[in-house]
Amino acid sequence: MKRRRIALPANIGPRLAVAMALLTLLLGIALAIGLMAGSQRVQLSELFRDPFSRALFFRLRLPRVTMALLTGASLAVAGAALQALFRNPLAEPYTLGVSGGGALGASIAIALGWSAQLAGIPLLFVASFAGALVSVALVRAMARSGMFVIQGALLLSGVVVNLVCSAAVLTIQYVVEPNSALQILRWILGSLDVIGFATVWRMAVLLAPAWLAILALSRQLHLLAIDQDTAATLGVNVRRCETAVHLLCSLMVGVTVAAGGSIGFVGLIVPHAVRLMFGEDLRIVLPGSLLLGGAFLVLADAVARTALPSGELPVGAITGLMGGPAFLWLLRRRQQYAVL
Amino acid sequence: MEARDVRFSYGGGAPAVRGISLRIADGSMTAIIGANGSGKSTLIRLLTGLLAPQSGAVQLEGKLLGQWEPRARARRIAYVPQTMLLAFPFPAIDVVLSGRTPHVGSFRLESAADRVKALEALDTVGAAHLAERYVTALSGGERQMVMLARALAQEPRLLLLDEPSAALDLKHRAALIRTLVRLRAERGLSVVMVTHDLQLTSTAFDRILALRCGEIAAEGAPAEVLERERLIEIYGDPGVQALRVGSQTVVWTEL
Repeated sequence: MKRRRIALPANIGPRLAVAMALLTLLLGIALAIGLMAGSQRVQLSELFRDPFSRALFFRLRLPRVTMALLTGASLAVAGAALQALFRNPLAEPYTLGVSGGGALGASIAIALGWSAQLAGIPLLFVASFAGALVSVALVRAMARSGMFVIQGALLLSGVVVNLVCSAAVLTIQYVVEPNSALQILRWILGSLDVIGFATVWRMAVLLAPAWLAILALSRQLHLLAIDQDTAATLGVNVRRCETAVHLLCSLMVGVTVAAGGSIGFVGLIVPHAVRLMFGEDLRIVLPGSLLLGGAFLVLADAVARTALPSGELPVGAITGLMGGPAFLWLLRRRQQYAVL
Repeated sequence: MEARDVRFSYGGGAPAVRGISLRIADGSMTAIIGANGSGKSTLIRLLTGLLAPQSGAVQLEGKLLGQWEPRARARRIAYVPQTMLLAFPFPAIDVVLSGRTPHVGSFRLESAADRVKALEALDTVGAAHLAERYVTALSGGERQMVMLARALAQEPRLLLLDEPSAALDLKHRAALIRTLVRLRAERGLSVVMVTHDLQLTSTAFDRILALRCGEIAAEGAPAEVLERERLIEIYGDPGVQALRVGSQTVVWTEL
């Protein structure tokens, strides 16, 4: 058969290797900046001789940067997975109400004084995971009509679930004692302020397996991002994949929200940045989002810590200020496809 | 493939398919025709395995469709849907390459040979020039060709198509049928196609299955089914006319 010779984009293998190498390098640079930046600048040479610098680095700076890395990576990879699953470039934990549900779950746990642990996992994490799970199930049920997900209804349901969750969190804030109310306020703003590694380890134990599981679904999500029927006829068990992604995203968002509050738009900005750099293939977008998400939030947190001469900005404010315009740009671009 | 007394209804409503039985012989070309809402798309979705029959059974090579390992089934059956809502700007070659998935091992990436097969599939449908174009920027007809190429890249033994010619112009419609006829001759491909293009069915297909209200209203060779009285019964329009011209049947409706 005579075949026309045309230039094709590079094969997936080399593209994946280049993307991973560049994004790992970027993450390394972001970690270096994140570990050094702050109101107290840390010099590596001082770590060996100055106990104060050592305490600052190992008790405050390193846990905080690690938490930013875990949170950013989780939110970004969850955003990429949800966009593929719902075939909607505007989907992400924040716009789908998953973060709102997680925050409500965490607020209820704080209000009820649940400080206990379940098999080493704080009940706060469990409550937040449950809240995120209920939200994603509710949004999906609202947007689903028979076999199809109505794209406009998906985002509207997400917005409404977020509003209802916000209202519920506010109500809880008003009825609980001031101490708990202040703690809940922290969740609303989103903060990565953490002392020591106790919380960070617990997060890592839950998040790392979830990352591996979602990366194992890369091919299925790539096919689902193209078309649901196509994916099903190519051997993807759509129901099983949907359930797995819902559970994994709820877990990732629930844990990060419980630990660091509701940080918006990371799951929107990061996957699209990876797409712009390396193309649409989910087998690149998912691991790429994991790396870039970590780097992005580490840098955003460094900005939050250093932007003001005294004190610091909530990191959620930084991501919100960047993510809002990015959302509007994507919405405008999407209207050109007329598939909303 | 064989379907026996297959029934299906959406959400507990009126049955969309009521006890249909059919057999698709290897290397055959079958057209499914009928009025809108007669159950054509539901039937083809049942044959792909996208829908599971509420009663009756669909078997492939003597084994229930639902019992096949999904990837093994995907190496035998390919499906071209009526439309594909694309949310992300994938290059056409990536969409076609997705058709190689059932042939690529778990946790492996497509090889250079898979890319060559994907490109050949695009070339087969006369759409090699679209390889690098974003599917979101293609016309409806061009997207249909890309979807057909994706199905061919699967190298199936049975190709199920849901109105693939609806968005195609005269030239590409003819090219589509020529391609299907050639693939049947070369690879022994079996084809089942839902279509409203009756003239097209009269030339290239061995058999026509006409549906009405979810049941088989007529079945047989094109010359047997495409008769005025039968078409009036199938479509419920007394203005239908059918005229045999050589090997073709021209069908139209008096306004």
